[in-house]
Order: sequence, then structure tokens, then C-alpha cells
Amino acid sequence: MTYLAKPKLHHPDLPANALGFTRRDYEGTISTLCAGCGHDSISAAIIQACWELAIEPHKVAKLSGIGCSSKTPTYFLDKSHGFNSVHGRMPSVLTGANLANRDLIYLGVSGDGDSASIGLGQFAHAMRRGVNMTYIVENNGVYGLTKGQFSATADRGSKSKRGAVNTDEGIDLAILALQLGATYVGRSFSGDKAQLVPLIKGALTHPGAAFIDVVSPCVAFNNHEGSTRSYDYVRNHNEAVNRLDVITVHREITTDYPPGSVQEVTQHDGSVLRLRKLADDYDSSSRISAMSYVQSRYAHGEIVTGLLYVEPDATDLHASLNTTEVPLNQLSEKELCPGSAALEKFNASLR
Amino acid sequence: MKATDIGSPDYFHKVVDCQWACPAHTPVPEYIRLIAQGRYSDAYLVNWKSNVFPGILGRTCDRPCEPACRRGRVEENQGEKPEPVAICRLKRVAADYKDDIRSRLPKPATRKNGKRVACVGGGPASLTVARDLAPLGYHVTIFDADRRAGGMIRTQIPKFRLPESVIDEEVGYVLDLDVDFRPNHRVQSLKELLGHGYDAVFVGSGAPRGRDLDIPGREEAAKHIHVGIEWLASVSFGHITKVGKRVIVLGGGNTAMDCCRSARRMGGEDVKVIVRSGFEEMKASPWEKEDAVHEGIPILNYLVPKSFAHDNGRLTGMTFERVKAVYDDKGRRSLVPTGEPEQHFECDEVLVAVGQENAFPWIERDIGVEFDKWGMPVLDAKTLQSTLPRVFFGGDAALGPKNIIWAVAHGHEAAISIDRFCHGENVAVRPPPMTNLVSQKMGIHEWIYDNQIVPDARNRVPLKELRIALKDIRQEVELGFDPELAWKEAQRCLNCDVQTVFAPKLCIECDACVDICPMDCITFTADGEEAEVRGRLNAPARNASQDLYVGAGLKTGRIMAKDEDVCLHCGMCAERCPTGAWDMQKYFLELTHAGPGCRDGAPARKAA
Repeated sequence: MTYLAKPKLHHPDLPANALGFTRRDYEGTISTLCAGCGHDSISAAIIQACWELAIEPHKVAKLSGIGCSSKTPTYFLDKSHGFNSVHGRMPSVLTGANLANRDLIYLGVSGDGDSASIGLGQFAHAMRRGVNMTYIVENNGVYGLTKGQFSATADRGSKSKRGAVNTDEGIDLAILALQLGATYVGRSFSGDKAQLVPLIKGALTHPGAAFIDVVSPCVAFNNHEGSTRSYDYVRNHNEAVNRLDVITVHREITTDYPPGSVQEVTQHDGSVLRLRKLADDYDSSSRISAMSYVQSRYAHGEIVTGLLYVEPDATDLHASLNTTEVPLNQLSEKELCPGSAALEKFNASLR
Repeated sequence: MKATDIGSPDYFHKVVDCQWACPAHTPVPEYIRLIAQGRYSDAYLVNWKSNVFPGILGRTCDRPCEPACRRGRVEENQGEKPEPVAICRLKRVAADYKDDIRSRLPKPATRKNGKRVACVGGGPASLTVARDLAPLGYHVTIFDADRRAGGMIRTQIPKFRLPESVIDEEVGYVLDLDVDFRPNHRVQSLKELLGHGYDAVFVGSGAPRGRDLDIPGREEAAKHIHVGIEWLASVSFGHITKVGKRVIVLGGGNTAMDCCRSARRMGGEDVKVIVRSGFEEMKASPWEKEDAVHEGIPILNYLVPKSFAHDNGRLTGMTFERVKAVYDDKGRRSLVPTGEPEQHFECDEVLVAVGQENAFPWIERDIGVEFDKWGMPVLDAKTLQSTLPRVFFGGDAALGPKNIIWAVAHGHEAAISIDRFCHGENVAVRPPPMTNLVSQKMGIHEWIYDNQIVPDARNRVPLKELRIALKDIRQEVELGFDPELAWKEAQRCLNCDVQTVFAPKLCIECDACVDICPMDCITFTADGEEAEVRGRLNAPARNASQDLYVGAGLKTGRIMAKDEDVCLHCGMCAERCPTGAWDMQKYFLELTHAGPGCRDGAPARKAA
């Protein structure tokens, strides 16, 4: 951790986005995590993604639970709405906020302890309900704040810093998200921003439950020989299935790829997810083949990364509940109490 | 790309832009830190060792360091006006607030080495040679035509910029080293001087001749037309005390600025500068032009003098032709008449400051000192040795008119040459500088240097009220920074000598440094050709004059490429590095001056 402030000066040629903001305008206060923490790279990727998409900071709500990962929303988007909630309870607080104001972009940041242990149930239900959000798990396989116990996502057989071998099966949150009905599922690595930034951009523009499992090495407790979440291990076992370009409505498509090597997914809002295949036999439009591919590669010790699955016609909780287009928090007394005539009519419909 | 060799003394030296740009390579950030700590005497001595005249240079230096200063680049596109640290005026602070430092200066040699060196001219170049050689035991004799030593420092720089007391003090420090100063002694013949058996002769006679302007009316009105540097010298010695009410100064260099500002203080009410070129291309330093304009002196440009108008030997005015700048396809400029009618300006007096020339009528052409077709001595640019091995040149006399700090740099180099020459060693072999690289890490989150980057704009030097300043030519117009303002200005220094040192072996490529760097200087990327790598960094490195620091041998086979251009030296990369692959290390480089250290057969240092 550090307490020295990052100087405000920036590169003289730092570009501005469509809103006139530089990337630095999307930063937060200085991180107090350990130096070299993968989480800080993920924060940087979120900053980059929001800047590239020219998102208005006040249109974002960032929510988190408890843990190293859940501290990170302080370190980015300091002009956005934020809620640091209860351990493992980010999904329900976020669901409530989303129901009250559907106009905001919801970004849930959680960790493997927060989402795979104490909050596993919350995670599951947010996914199966299809809450329109970006759910990022900063997954380091270890409880860093309590000094290095295995977390629920640690691989069976991996070693702790002190040499203990994990005997429990690890939870793969990406597989769970696929099984539970998330409509956008990705996996990435904090040390590969070229892959991570577009994945976050795709998730932020995705109109449904988007989940990204980001492997994020813990330099203090899980970056040693025998760990399966160390920088070296992940770099050596990272199998990227595709590369993603996110083309927003306003940007023209200019790049050309050989036919067959690119898969394009047009989302509801008109944005295009353009996937360059790296693994020939990988199909990110099929939930079932995605699950089987990820698991078969896992059996070989490989970590599959990239956009694993995307449903182009995704819907969300508001569609299921048939809520009004106007955010609930903006409804006035007039709409909420339409008078006795409307009540009569409603009651009659129930008879 | 090839990994950067940080073992080469030049690599980190170049990163310290100010020090690299300084001809004498004064360790600027080092003394600015000392000023910030209130250690003015220490700051003065760092300067004195390197540039001999801190108090003088702190008021008059041409400051090549400031245009080079990184602060000016990092402030671009943010804040009102990007400006360098006021390095020059901070130097003055060290001189103004130091204690009596005489006890810390070298003592006159107690034992002479039997070698005799003659210096022709008592200006900054000769004084530097004397300072370097006299403490080593050389018998140094300086001949000067004037009554007191200092050369152009004393004769050409007006006293409102540089008080006499400062010259006396700093010239005194040199002469006190048991230097044999011969005043009122103009050397008339080099042949004769050499006949006295000196082991070496150093020519530091300056560029003593001001260029004249040979146009109609020059002779007839001669009484009211003066050559700038000669006029300044007469003013300096008090031979001239007043000037006409309407004065035209011709020329666009620093001498012209000194002339017009002097005239303004001697009764000139309507003083203007008229220059052939455009205002932007004028040779004068921007701040000197600013000072002149501030004193109500208009600068008229694109006017070529055609003739002096006179009436019975009395000057009445000058006529000029209006020109414009035309550039050919090679970018060369020529001044072409616009065809507009000639312009006439009335005046009572004209000061001609259109350049200076070297003159060596006293050097016989048959003694072995060769001259080129421009009348300049043929020299080895590094050793400053002439074609007659025991004769060396320096300052304006060597390579044409420059400035004080170049004269000092030449003095140091010539002193090394003379020292090696007198010990029978090859003059062409130059001593390497002394360098030192030390980690600044003190503890967790604690660094020995102050790495907080302040956003402040450059602080202005307070001036004496114009009404009072213009009354007396001996009133110093700049008041200088007070300690509080000096501290504020010192905080703007980025400590570029505290280097970002990268150890690839320790790097785990976690990206922490990339993410935290406020200037996006650091990129981990695939190797390639430099030009192409520069284009694909996190922030493209467009300033080709600044190096890329390349670290190779990373586990992924990528390279670490750091663009030195706008690095703040804030140390955030080292602060956020989990493995210590980045460290902030202070690089101290000091030139080796004349003495045992510059010689081949240097005896092993004896224990104290």
C-alpha cells in the first residue's frame, strides 16, 4: 500500500474521449492494496474501458461487498455512485438499486471469497434473475486479508505459500454463471489488459447479466511455486479462445478479417461484439459447448480465457417483471396514485 | 532494441536535461535541493566547484539549462503557460544567502610545482584556468588591459544587472589563490610572451571588437554614433554618464538589450531598438527582451538601416528599409525589401550593437599558431589546443562569441589540457567524469528526496519599482527571490537526477508501474525497431531527442520501454513495485577537473 498521492500532472498528449474527459478523469484515490496486486490492474482496465466507451461517470453505480477486491471501487470512477455493502451481499443491494433506477450502468465488483463463499447464494440468484449488470470477480484463490488461506475457488492440489495442499474442489464461477443463465460470460487475466479491457467494455454494453471472472494474482500470498493463480502459472496456462473488439453504435467498422475467422454479435443497443477466433473449434454462441470446452481444458490444466459465451438477444430482470420504462425512483405521486377510477378498473380486472 | 547500458556515464546524464545542457555540467537538481533545505553555502559550493561564478551567473547566465528543463515539457497542455524551473535565479539565491564560505575554498598552494602558465585576458575563461591550476601549484600569471580583472563581466554587463560587489567577490576568490594578476598590461605580442619561457599560454582574450555599420553618414555623424560594447565599457568605467534624449539601438542580441536599458537609465527618454530580423528570431534571450519591453523600450523589427541623417555633424535621425522574411524550399531565410517607402526615425544618438568579432593583431602569424579563413585560431574543439602545442584558447577567443558559462567550460577543459601537457601526457585523452548512483529508498514509503510534485507555475523574480530602477544605472533592478519564494520555486524541480533504475531480473510483469505512472511513460511490449516501438507505446514517444530506457530479459520475452521524455521522477513506479525491480537512485555526475585525477599516472590516493 502507499499513501503518497499520484501526481495530478498527466502526459501532455493524453487524449480526451467524446465527452472531453481524459483517462485520468476516471480514476479514483490512490490504491491502498499491496504493491503489485492484480486488482489494481483490473481497476486500471475498468478505467480504460469506461474512458473508451465515453461513459458519463455519474451514470455509473459501482457496488461491492467486503474484501480486497471490494475495496477497489474507491480506486476508480471517483465521480460515480458507490456502495460498499455487506460481505457477500453486493448482488442483492445492486438488484435493489437496479430496480429503483434502471437508467444507471451497474458495476458489481467482488472477490472469490465474497462471491464463492459467503455470497455464493447471492451470486447465483443475481445471475439466474438476469439483473442487468456487469459482475466482475477479482479471483486470486486466496484469502489475502486473513493472510493466505485457500479460498473456495482455489484449485484442488494447489499449494499455499506455506506448502499446504488444497484438498477441496475449487469452484469455477464462470461455469456456474453459464449454468445459472448469465447471458455474457467471460474470463480473463489481470496481466492481459489487451484482452480484459474489451471484455469489460462488452460487459458494460451488454443488456443483461454479464459475468467476468478475472484471475488476479495475490502478490503477497499466492504468487509462489505450486500456486495456480501466480503470474507465471497463469501466463503459462492461459488459453485464450478469442479476441474481442467492441464496436459501439457510433463507431464505424473499419477493420477486415478473413471470412470465417470472425464472429459478430449485434446487441440490442446496436453495438457490435466482434470476436476474432483464436481456437478454431470454439463457439461462443453455445452455452453447452462453452461449458464442456472450459471443463475439458481445465482437466488438462489450462485456463480458458476470452468471451466464453454471449447471448445476443439477452433480456433482463426488468423485462421479466414487465416494469415501466421510467425508473421507479422517478415516478411521481401522480403516476403512483392514479386515483380511485384507476383502482376501480384494476380491481375489476381481478374479478 | 538493445537494452539500455546504464553503465555508460552519458545515459543518466542525458536524463538530467539541465545538467546535460549546461556547458559546465553543473549538477543543478543537487544544488536546488540544497537551496530548498536552506543549505545555501553548500548549494553555493556545488556551483562554485562547477561554474566558478555562481553569483555572477545567477544574474547573467544565458541559461541553456532552462529551455532544456523537463518541467517546461511536462507542463505542456496543462496549466496556463509551461515554464521551466527558474534555475538561474535559484543559483543567485545560493549566492545571496550563503555564509562566509572563504574557509571552505581551496587554499593557495603551499608548494609550487615549478610550472608557469600565462593567461592573456582576465575574463571568465582565464579566471577559470587560474582557479583550476593555481591550487595545484602552478604559477599562473594573468595579463589584462584593464585595471581590474573580470573582462567582459566587468566591462560589458551593466551594473543594474550585476553589481560591482558581486564581481569583486567572485573574481577575488580566484585571485586569492595566489594568482599573479598583471593589470593595465595589454599583451602586444604572443611571440614575446612565449619568449618568457612559460610552460603553457592560455588565450582568453574574448571577442573585443564590436562590429561597426558602414553606411552613408557614419563618418559625418561619428560623434553621436557608438559601437555597443565600447560604449558599455565606457559607461561601466564612468567615462560616459549621459546620453541623448532620443536613442536608437541597432541590433537584436543581448548587447543591444544591455545598451537600450543602459540608455534608458542615462537620460534616454525615447529609446527604441531597431532590428533587421523578426522579433522572434532575435538573438537576445527571451527574458532579456521581456525586461527591455518592461522598461518601456519598443522593439521595431524588419527594418534594415540604410543611412544616418545629419546636419552639420549633428545626428538627426536614421533611415530604414522595410523588409520581410522569405523562406526558400530548404527553409533558409532571406530578408527581401517590401517595396514600401523608406522609414525615417529621428534621434540624437545611435548605439550599434550588431555583433562582435575576434581580433588577434597581437598574435604573429609566423610563430606556429594557425588561423582559418575567418581569422579564427585552428583548434582541437575538445582540447582547445592550437597548432602550437603549448598555446591553448578558450572562451570567446576560441570558437567565437558565446557567453560566460561557455567560457567557464572552456576554462576547465583548457586547464585539463594544460595540466596533462605540462606532465608530458597525451592531451587528446580526456578524463572520464566521476559518477555515483545511490538508492534513495529510506524505508517503506520513505524516500530521501522530496518526490511530491507541486502543480505551481513559475514564480516571478521581484523587481525594483521601475520609477526608482530607471533613475540610477547602478541600482540592481532585480531583487532576487527571498528564501520563501526560493523554496517555492525549488519545489518545482522534478529531481531528474533521481533516476528510475530498472532491474529486469526482479520484474514479475504485474503492470503495477504501468498502471500507476501518471505520465504513461512505461510500457511492456514486444521488441521491435526503435522508431516503430516509439509509435506503439502507451503514450507514443514523439520526442526523439529523449531516449527510451529499454530493459530486456523479462520472462515473457517482452521488453520494458520507458520514455524518459516527461517522466516526473515521482517514484510512483518504485513505490508500487512489489519486487523492487524499480528503484529510485540518485545519479551524481561531476566533471573531472585539472589535477591528479585527470592524469594517467595518478598515484593511488593516500589515506587521509
